[in-house]
Amino acid sequence: MLLSLEPRGQQSRAMLWLSPLLAAVLTLCSGALLFALLGHDPLDTLHTLLIAPLADWYGVSELLVKALPILLCALGLAVAYQARIWNIGAEGQLLLGALAGSAMAIQIIDWDSRWALVWVVLAGVAAGAAWGGLTAWLRTQFNANEILTSIMLNYIALNLLLFFVHGPLKDPAGFNFPESAMFGDASRLPLVSEDGRLHAGLYFALLALVAVWVLLHKSFLGFQIKVLGLDRRAAGFVGFREKRLVWFALLVSGGLAGLAGVGEVAGPIGQLVPQVSPGYGYAAITVAFLGRLNPLGILFASLLMALLYLGGENAQMTMNLPQAITQLFQGMMLFFLLACDVLILYRPRLKLKWAQRTTNAEAMA
Amino acid sequence: MDLDLLSNIFYAMVRTGTPLLLVALGELICEKSGVLNLGQEGMMLFGAVIGFIVALSTGNLWLGVLLAMSAGMLLSMLFAAVALGFNANQVATGLALTIFGVGLSTFVGAAWVGKPLAGFEPIAIPLLSEIPLIGRMLFAQDILVYLSFALFGLVAWVLLKSRIGLIIQAVGENPDAASAMGLPVLRVRTLAVLFGGAMAGLAGGYLSLAYTPMWAENMTAGRGWIALALVVFASWRVFRVLLGAYLFGLASIIHLVAQGIGLSIPSNLLAMLPYVATILVLVLLSRDAIKTRLFAPVSLGKPWQPGH
Amino acid sequence: MSSSPSVPRLQLSGISKRYPGCLANDRIDLSIAPGEIHALLGENGAGKSTLMKIIYGVTQPDSGEIRWQGEPLKMRDPAMARSLGVGMVFQHFSLFETLSVAENIALAMGAAAGTPKQLEPKIREVSQRYGMALEPGRLVHSLSIGERQRVEIVRCLMQDIKLLILDEPTSVLTPQEADELFVTLRRLAAEGCSILFISHKLGEVRALCQSATVLRGGKVSGHCIPAECSDLQLARLMVGDAEGLESSYPKAGGGLPRLRVDDLSWHNADPFGCTLSQIRLEVRSGEIVGIAGVAGNGQDELLALLSGETRLPRSERERISLDTQPIADLYPDARRKLGLAFVPAERLGHGAVPDMSLSDNALLTAFQQGLLSKGLIQRGKVRALADEIIQRFAVKTPDADAPARSLSGGNLQKFILGREILQNPKLLVAAHPTWGVDVGAAAAIHRALIALRDAGAAILVISEDLDELFQISDRIGALCSGKLSPLAATAETEAVEVGRWMAGEFAPLPPITSPLAAAAASLS
Repeated sequence: MLLSLEPRGQQSRAMLWLSPLLAAVLTLCSGALLFALLGHDPLDTLHTLLIAPLADWYGVSELLVKALPILLCALGLAVAYQARIWNIGAEGQLLLGALAGSAMAIQIIDWDSRWALVWVVLAGVAAGAAWGGLTAWLRTQFNANEILTSIMLNYIALNLLLFFVHGPLKDPAGFNFPESAMFGDASRLPLVSEDGRLHAGLYFALLALVAVWVLLHKSFLGFQIKVLGLDRRAAGFVGFREKRLVWFALLVSGGLAGLAGVGEVAGPIGQLVPQVSPGYGYAAITVAFLGRLNPLGILFASLLMALLYLGGENAQMTMNLPQAITQLFQGMMLFFLLACDVLILYRPRLKLKWAQRTTNAEAMA
Repeated sequence: MDLDLLSNIFYAMVRTGTPLLLVALGELICEKSGVLNLGQEGMMLFGAVIGFIVALSTGNLWLGVLLAMSAGMLLSMLFAAVALGFNANQVATGLALTIFGVGLSTFVGAAWVGKPLAGFEPIAIPLLSEIPLIGRMLFAQDILVYLSFALFGLVAWVLLKSRIGLIIQAVGENPDAASAMGLPVLRVRTLAVLFGGAMAGLAGGYLSLAYTPMWAENMTAGRGWIALALVVFASWRVFRVLLGAYLFGLASIIHLVAQGIGLSIPSNLLAMLPYVATILVLVLLSRDAIKTRLFAPVSLGKPWQPGH
Repeated sequence: MSSSPSVPRLQLSGISKRYPGCLANDRIDLSIAPGEIHALLGENGAGKSTLMKIIYGVTQPDSGEIRWQGEPLKMRDPAMARSLGVGMVFQHFSLFETLSVAENIALAMGAAAGTPKQLEPKIREVSQRYGMALEPGRLVHSLSIGERQRVEIVRCLMQDIKLLILDEPTSVLTPQEADELFVTLRRLAAEGCSILFISHKLGEVRALCQSATVLRGGKVSGHCIPAECSDLQLARLMVGDAEGLESSYPKAGGGLPRLRVDDLSWHNADPFGCTLSQIRLEVRSGEIVGIAGVAGNGQDELLALLSGETRLPRSERERISLDTQPIADLYPDARRKLGLAFVPAERLGHGAVPDMSLSDNALLTAFQQGLLSKGLIQRGKVRALADEIIQRFAVKTPDADAPARSLSGGNLQKFILGREILQNPKLLVAAHPTWGVDVGAAAAIHRALIALRDAGAAILVISEDLDELFQISDRIGALCSGKLSPLAATAETEAVEVGRWMAGEFAPLPPITSPLAAAAASLS
């Protein structure tokens, strides 16, 4: 072995935050290499992917539009992951939030009151939370592994959404396209500024950011969640109620994902379509890890992830590259992050043959 | 319901259960050695796309199968490097592998979506395939299904009868003791992960070369995850993996049954069935926490490094 | 190469091994003759286990020489050690619970030795020859701890054994079982097998071993003949001039009953666990009650029931009471509110969260002591509490931000005990309070417990260390397969008697005479 790992004895605080940066840089380098192999100019492609989308205010506002659902989902996941509850179900919770929000919006499509939006948003949050709660129920009541149940619920949610969008919620005047009718104006999230699509979901996201930060860093509830995650036995030993905490974490997680979903249909999209989410719920997993389960870190990571989405679209349009670049980069980034994280607890040591010999000689002397 | 329909259902059940069986056998070995690899879905997809591209470009189906397996192994090597070499959290690494595999397969296969391929054809064994009810199911399948029978036999023999099986079980139960005894824990685990990768790649190849000979994004549709649930369902016992795979296969073709008895249910709702069935099975089997703990390999999912 | 008595079977010279941050073995010399029973003495952390791993080929020394029957060699791995005839019995058994005895032995012996089935006759023969009955087909998880140790020993004896290393073999045995083990070991030695016996129990070393090597802080602090040394001399070699070697504490009588356990029976659904039956126990204020027993005889189950990690249904809440208030159905935090404090057996991962700071770990159990306001954590107060614990109990740490994981066993135990004591408990339950702790810290912990007792608290100590229980407890009893022996005043009982209790030799309890039952009887 040329490279050996030596335990540091304790965590390196610097590496804790350097590792995500290192992972991002390594991802970009591998990406550049990949583009070069495919016969594209690497620098040019990276420019198309990461810089060109942000050339103007519209680009920046689009970045924020894409970052909102990712940020909301990832904040929720951070709460669950702090408790080591591996909720993979943000995608399904998001879809269900979108579905329930749309069902509500279609119900009250002619209602011209400020309350319409409140009802739509509440329906979305409640449905997301309920979908998360389902995972909590299966876990606390039946001890079913939440990774598997939440991912199954993703597939079920997707099929439910498809069923409704092809069936009960299909716009009767929509030429048989699988789409709902456009929502009434009262059920739409107002725009933040005249140009661009940035909507009032921004305020929800900022509110959620602060709330999750207080929860995880200041409150005793957050402390209990962290203890549960780090050491289940210790949590039981002092009487923290594991089941209640699991419920809480999954309800928060699901509720925030549901908010993200309803924010999409009531915001930029304005109706229910089959492709509500290009995998935001899955991207949020990478974002949560990349942000170290810390709300501020997650904020930056979600912006980066949104940039990848935006860049992926841009690269598809201008260079005819598959949009799957976004997912590819996501996966790479998470991989590199996990690999770099080894540096938090271990110190790399180059172990060359001659070096070993000299240390041996020293020890003998 | 007439005999023909039943015979058809049995036939389709085994066909549909085969990819699940293949992945689950690989993951079973992997989990027995103490490693939880949640990346099955990603490895399957990569196997499926590589197998398809190779078979279509070379015209050689077997080369496709071979490279599908290699593709699965390649991704599992990544997993082994990060989760075993760098001691990373296995849950997170497995998720990363799935996300990566989904992205990579979509990226690589973008230009190949929807192209037609003449895949493996069923080979009916004379006489045997004419046995009523079970003849078609067992003796009129394509060659990869027959291969899955053989691989099942191999895995069962290894786990139940061979010294290698003892070693895998020892490593998965107590890596410290196994290491003190001189067993190469990390090497055993790495090999188990690689075997799992090859099986997942093969399962992916089965989908794109035999089951539905074509490539589509996310064509595995969660089968990698269902296979993970299947291993829990089987309580880590190899014969139950076989049973479970075919039961899940049955759940996935229930629309055939529904059509057979003249029900019309929207296809999107029917498509949920395997996932609902998975949850139900998890609920039924995990309810007894103590029992689950008894069967699960003791060190499943726990990082381990040699040292003091 | 002949193995004449003049050539040592194993000779180590100048063995050194460095781990990051510590020199585990520093130029160690050791020599064992054929047929000799040699003790390796030392405290936890003295370097015994590192040395043992080097001899067995698990790790390689940085420098130094190993000679086997006079020939220098490099012990590459355990397989090589085994092929030379070195056998090893680990303290934490290296057995696989889901495999059978024969499968375990077959795994260790290598493929060439044969399949489990083929080995069965030889296993039977060897175990009979040395008086250690074993059934090869049984699954290890169904075996008692003593039987598991036999599997380990038989596994070594299956080969042509020349050197048997035993790591703290008696720590899991009752005194009687230990005596049986010594008979086996002496017979082995008489047949010419060398034995390296690792221990920190001076009495048994003197009874069994012809010579001893004592380690302290990674160095050899002396070679001696145990039979010619006093306990105090040996102890000084082990720990230097640490205080507390000879301390004895006055016994106390106790006041009013604080903890009452009344006919507590509990069925364990876990087949590997232990079911408790009719535990009856009273701990008074101002006394320490000690409960002895070999691990796995119901200690964990009893502790969980006392702490509240396992709760009884409301209908049975009278089974455990604190100051006459029934508590058996309450959660741990509710019990703590009533004045219960608890020091669990495992420090890391149970009593303290390894990756959290000491400050957070203070909050962990003390959160009901005014450290919260409207659901938010009062960081300043938490920090002050942590600092106070560190200062009052002399916890060696850079500051309260250090993660619990970074502390040595003794320091962390002082922190955990301090955290509980500063909450002014009416009742303290402590499990294995000095397990794996160096002598200085152990003495500090004992003094703190005695001071808490003298301040009027009731204390229940559950420990496997009989010497410790005799030293600090006022009354003593023992657990065996889920049943509790009668309690006796420590001053009026002897280790032999408690040893018999540990083996289950005690009369069943007299019929219930609780006030409730008495009242019921008088009513009828």
